[in-house]
Amino acid sequence: MIQVNQLSKKYTDTVVLNLESLQIPKGQSFGLVGNNGAGKTTFFNLLLDLIEPTTGFITNKEIQVNKSEDWKYFTSAFIDESFLIGYLTAEEYFTFIADLRGINKEDLKIFMLQFAELFNDEIIGKKKYLRDLSKGNQKKVGIVAALMGNPEVVILDEPFANLDPTTQIRLKKIIQQLVETTQTTFLISSHDLGHVTEVCNRILVLEKGNIVKDLETSEETLKELEDYFNV
Amino acid sequence: MGLNGYQLKSITQFNILQAIYYNEITMIKYFLDFEWKQFFRSSYWQKSIALNIILALFGIYMLLSFLTLGIALYPILKEQFPADSPLFKVNDFLFYWILADLFLRFFMQKLPVMSVKPFLTLPVRKSKIVNYVLGKSMLSFFNFLPLFAIIPFGVFAIIENENFLQVLVWMFLLLIITLIVNFLNFIIESTTSESDWAFLPIIVIVSGLFALNHYDLLPLYSVFSKGITRILLHPVLILIPILIWVILYGINFKLLKQKLYIDASLKVKSAEVQSTEMTWLNRFGSVAPFLQLDLKLLWRNKRPRSSVFIIVMGLFYGLIFYTNPMYLNMTPFMVFVAIFITGVFLISFGQFIPAWDSAYYKMLMSQNVKYKDYLKAKFTLMQWSAIILFVLSIPYVYFGWDILLLHFAAMMYNVGVNTYVLLFAGSFNRKKIDLSQRAAFNYQGTGAVQWLVGFPILVVPILFFYIPYKFINFEAGVATLIVLGLIGIVLHQKLMQYITGMYLKSKHKMIAAFDQAT
Repeated sequence: MIQVNQLSKKYTDTVVLNLESLQIPKGQSFGLVGNNGAGKTTFFNLLLDLIEPTTGFITNKEIQVNKSEDWKYFTSAFIDESFLIGYLTAEEYFTFIADLRGINKEDLKIFMLQFAELFNDEIIGKKKYLRDLSKGNQKKVGIVAALMGNPEVVILDEPFANLDPTTQIRLKKIIQQLVETTQTTFLISSHDLGHVTEVCNRILVLEKGNIVKDLETSEETLKELEDYFNV
Repeated sequence: MGLNGYQLKSITQFNILQAIYYNEITMIKYFLDFEWKQFFRSSYWQKSIALNIILALFGIYMLLSFLTLGIALYPILKEQFPADSPLFKVNDFLFYWILADLFLRFFMQKLPVMSVKPFLTLPVRKSKIVNYVLGKSMLSFFNFLPLFAIIPFGVFAIIENENFLQVLVWMFLLLIITLIVNFLNFIIESTTSESDWAFLPIIVIVSGLFALNHYDLLPLYSVFSKGITRILLHPVLILIPILIWVILYGINFKLLKQKLYIDASLKVKSAEVQSTEMTWLNRFGSVAPFLQLDLKLLWRNKRPRSSVFIIVMGLFYGLIFYTNPMYLNMTPFMVFVAIFITGVFLISFGQFIPAWDSAYYKMLMSQNVKYKDYLKAKFTLMQWSAIILFVLSIPYVYFGWDILLLHFAAMMYNVGVNTYVLLFAGSFNRKKIDLSQRAAFNYQGTGAVQWLVGFPILVVPILFFYIPYKFINFEAGVATLIVLGLIGIVLHQKLMQYITGMYLKSKHKMIAAFDQAT
């Protein structure tokens, strides 16, 4: 699904990301871990063509992301709060995204029903602007919006941070279910090694922009990661 | 072991006092230091040198104006009112001076609330923070400005052998009055700043006082004048204005101290939402979601909403000029007025495209948004604003059919030319906008682009009009504007394609710029 070729990103003299080659097959749930400054968000930004690569390129379903915009039809993302429109209500925001993704009102309603539990009556029908929601609730809105319109690739930067424990567990279930039933490719970064090993079937460890570990998730993965980061 | 260790060991009464004193001085030193750094390290300053130069030039201009006033006033008063002493005569005008001062300050001087949040949990007394903020406000440019008029006037008075003591009292009194206005303004501002109609009370107060005076219901100017004369004759009475000043300081102190809680003023207020569907926009097709978004943007955020209110002012702008026979002979200038009336929204909204969406620009760029539709929505909004404003301005036909014709031509020019110019200029826009701030005299987000774009928007159409007008006639000038507008409308697809290309090219630069803190 996603191919990375000789990709690097430099700011003046500092190399923040350097990926020789990386393939992410369709339907994989791909986890990205690494300490601050490892290059996780940089990679996601490059994948979404929000910044320009210094060298190399990424293709998403054979479309080179910085050449054509056609990948946008099947890719969605939630990176941070700047993906939300603060002066809209949650419903309005969902309607806006649905409009962009060509989802009609009825389908949107059906889609939203699945998340009633996740929203826990704190988001829908609250007559509150997104900018006035708590950080956790904002995140929920952003993540759900990123799941709209059956995207083939979903990019989530730190989806578990700021969420309450119940929501973390629910979100994990939702992702696992989507991976199993729809062949959606997930790219997830996280600082929580437990969550990421539970959700992802492959985990990449980055350090200062370089790949240091590329693991198929197994029983030992969590232990291995903990050992790696325990320095 | 350092000196501190030694001091800690032998704390005596004296040392505690010394420590408190030391603390006092260092705190203020830190405050000043932070203030300085905040100013020079903000990315805002670093990026908008051009804007700062313009503001500095404006400041120098104001200083020179006041200086001229201070130097010229005494001789003028002496010549105009030979019977009176200028030192006493000048007080007749002080009422207007105070009103003007209050009015200007309201729009231009901000309550100097520094970002106090980080200090709240540190061992700094709240009263100290408040005193510092208020004390600093007295050093504002607006308080120095009057001195440039007061001091030369006083010097003249002394040279002209006015009573030395009286002159000194007068100068001191005016300084006190300036400071009273300073604090009065903050009280008005802090009690009204919550609302979107914040500018209304000040207008009502100032124009109310002015009207009372003007229609002789309450001759305030003479009340002021008599009061000041009395103070000059009995200098002890100066204690009264000083007392007023102290009281106002006290009120400000209380108001500000109350606000030093994160759930009071530092907290973001959440508002009840009035949800609207706006389905009537659906007939615009793929552009509709963006149009809905733009309308919500305009209505739900302080800054863009003010640009809606500007429309009201813009519509009445013509009254100033069309009622004055002096301007009616200056036909080219009428073009400027016509462009402004039909384009006031277009200009105030268009100059900040795409910065209005800067807060969530990354999201828009990673959605399957077609840039063309996004820009088309902005275009549609500007286009309709010009048409609607033209319709609303039809009553101006009262001042002549020529004016209506000119408005129509200006509307066509706005739709067919200015919209594209603004969209084009927007592709060079690199400044994000903080939607929550108010708009009047708010320069945040203003960059070189905004200053440069003003010229082609307002001045170029005058030239297009003036040349055929000068060599042929009025109708030819009008026709030129209309034809230019039509050309723009005909070439719509091509122009939009080109502009879209410009935006695509600068996409990454914009994202990077909008991502930075202001």
